[in-house]
Amino acid sequence: MILRTLGIRLGQSAAVLLVMSFAIYGLIGLMPGDPVDLMIGANPRITPEDVERLRRVYGLDQPLLGRYLAWLGDAMSGEFGYSRLSALPVGETLLPPLGRTLILLSASLALALTIALPLGVLAALRPRSRLDYAVNLLAFAGISMPVFWLGLMLVALFAVGLGWLPAGGVRDIGDEGLVDRLRHLVLPVVTLAAAGVGQHTRYMRSAMIEVLRQDFIRTAAAKGASRLRIVVHHALRNAMIPVVTVLALEFGSLFSGALITETVFAYPGMGKLIYDAVMGNDYNLALAALLLATAVTLLGNALADAAYLWLDPRIRRR
Amino acid sequence: MTPAWERFRRHRLAVAGLVVLAVLVLAAVAAPLVEHLLGVEAGAVDLLASYAPPSIAHPLGTDELGRDVLVRLLHGGRVSLGVALVTALAAAVIGTAVGLIAGTAGGRVDAVLMRLTDGVIALPLLPLLIVLAAVDPARLGLPEEALRSGSAAVARIVVIIALVGWTTVARLVRGAALEVRERDFVLAAVALGAGPGRIMVVHVLPNVVSPAIVATTLSIGNIILFESALSFLGLGVQPPLPSWGNMLSGALELLWSAPALAVWPGALIFLTVIAFNFVGDGLQDAVDPRAGGD
Repeated sequence: MILRTLGIRLGQSAAVLLVMSFAIYGLIGLMPGDPVDLMIGANPRITPEDVERLRRVYGLDQPLLGRYLAWLGDAMSGEFGYSRLSALPVGETLLPPLGRTLILLSASLALALTIALPLGVLAALRPRSRLDYAVNLLAFAGISMPVFWLGLMLVALFAVGLGWLPAGGVRDIGDEGLVDRLRHLVLPVVTLAAAGVGQHTRYMRSAMIEVLRQDFIRTAAAKGASRLRIVVHHALRNAMIPVVTVLALEFGSLFSGALITETVFAYPGMGKLIYDAVMGNDYNLALAALLLATAVTLLGNALADAAYLWLDPRIRRR
Repeated sequence: MTPAWERFRRHRLAVAGLVVLAVLVLAAVAAPLVEHLLGVEAGAVDLLASYAPPSIAHPLGTDELGRDVLVRLLHGGRVSLGVALVTALAAAVIGTAVGLIAGTAGGRVDAVLMRLTDGVIALPLLPLLIVLAAVDPARLGLPEEALRSGSAAVARIVVIIALVGWTTVARLVRGAALEVRERDFVLAAVALGAGPGRIMVVHVLPNVVSPAIVATTLSIGNIILFESALSFLGLGVQPPLPSWGNMLSGALELLWSAPALAVWPGALIFLTVIAFNFVGDGLQDAVDPRAGGD
């Protein structure tokens, strides 16, 4: 059942991805300049006839749909062309940054959940207490924080002021050690996790409050279950269901946050790559990178949906 | 005093947020006055006085070009708050339309529109906004002269963010509309032969105004964050016109020499966003006491 649903969701995701590929292809075509403009930029002796001929050779005189279908055909066979900036095939240019972004995303998601879930549960156990109030303030601060500003402030404090951590990049020149790489990850991961802490704390708290009101919790208490057992054994699993649903919708904004974080910390991941590709008129790379980012997000959504079924057997049986 | 206002007043953080917003708006409106009082101009470059520490002439010091930081912050506030409000209004119109149609029509229309909304929410929006910001509007057939004016860049960012910022409003309005359309007076109107357009506009719309306002308030925070992020990346409001976001874009390189320049614009963005979020939260509790956890 879970596998079947996962299959359906993956199918839907593929359809969405196809629609998005056409939309993004169209948008990229609306960016200033085209590949021929870039080619002839350095050549003052080129005639308008030559330009026309080049456009024909590269199929740029074809209508949008025709060009898109040609691109789609190539893409289906794994052929995304060459990147203008790196002069390497697009696939080779994309994979290392994708790996680095996935490291950043998973580390900050793990950090955010490790902080947010216990805080949300604690706040829910004592609604309207001082602790609840403090947690609420912290959560609002998290969701209201401009990611790039938090990054700047952390760099100003820990890199410029105290000199404890590097201000950006992936590793120091000449240092291949794991410790050095981890030191470079600390500030970006903390920056990206901050917004997540805010979101997930709020969801966890309200889901937990909702569950603790239910009859089966009172039954468990009446049968003499301890407070700890009720929270961990009975309530937590049920409260996780809405939290996981929201998590599914968060992948997209997590990726947006990663783009800003990577720019602030000069971290060579997918976000920075997309930004550089769009700014540098690297059409092939921008197109493939945007689609990859969309695909990763949709995949995250589909997996979270499957996790939702796994957590809630009631829906599974329907 | 209506009970809703009473409930809002008891939400202390929301009231505090409202006060903060009032002060910020007043300060932004008073920017030319402050400029006059201090005797400095927002755009006046004075390279000999760059990086000046705070003084009576420049209460927050000067930036890398010797411009007064306080006056630029106030003018930036006019731009950032203005863009945020206009964008929120545009997003609210789109969101209300989508939510109203989905909730009133129900059935397949509802399913399609809500899938679309979920789809937009799930997308990695910032990378897509970057492409939208890089699109050359001349290729869309818009007149060239209109695009060169300074306000074109501002108009473009409003459109771009409104295109993705409507989802919260759509979802909340749709939920409310689904409820309203089952009520007796709507059923009576249907029985009397009112068409779907009339039902939607005359009977359902007035009853979903409050959730629409709540959702719009809750969206403004995100809209400000998007605008400032785009301006920070150099794709939003263009210098020399100051906005809180673009005042920070130079700050990264200057962080080693003048870290203080990075503090104020970001602090104001943070303060504005958190104030809007508190007000939105308070409004939500006031309008629908069951929705909030407390």
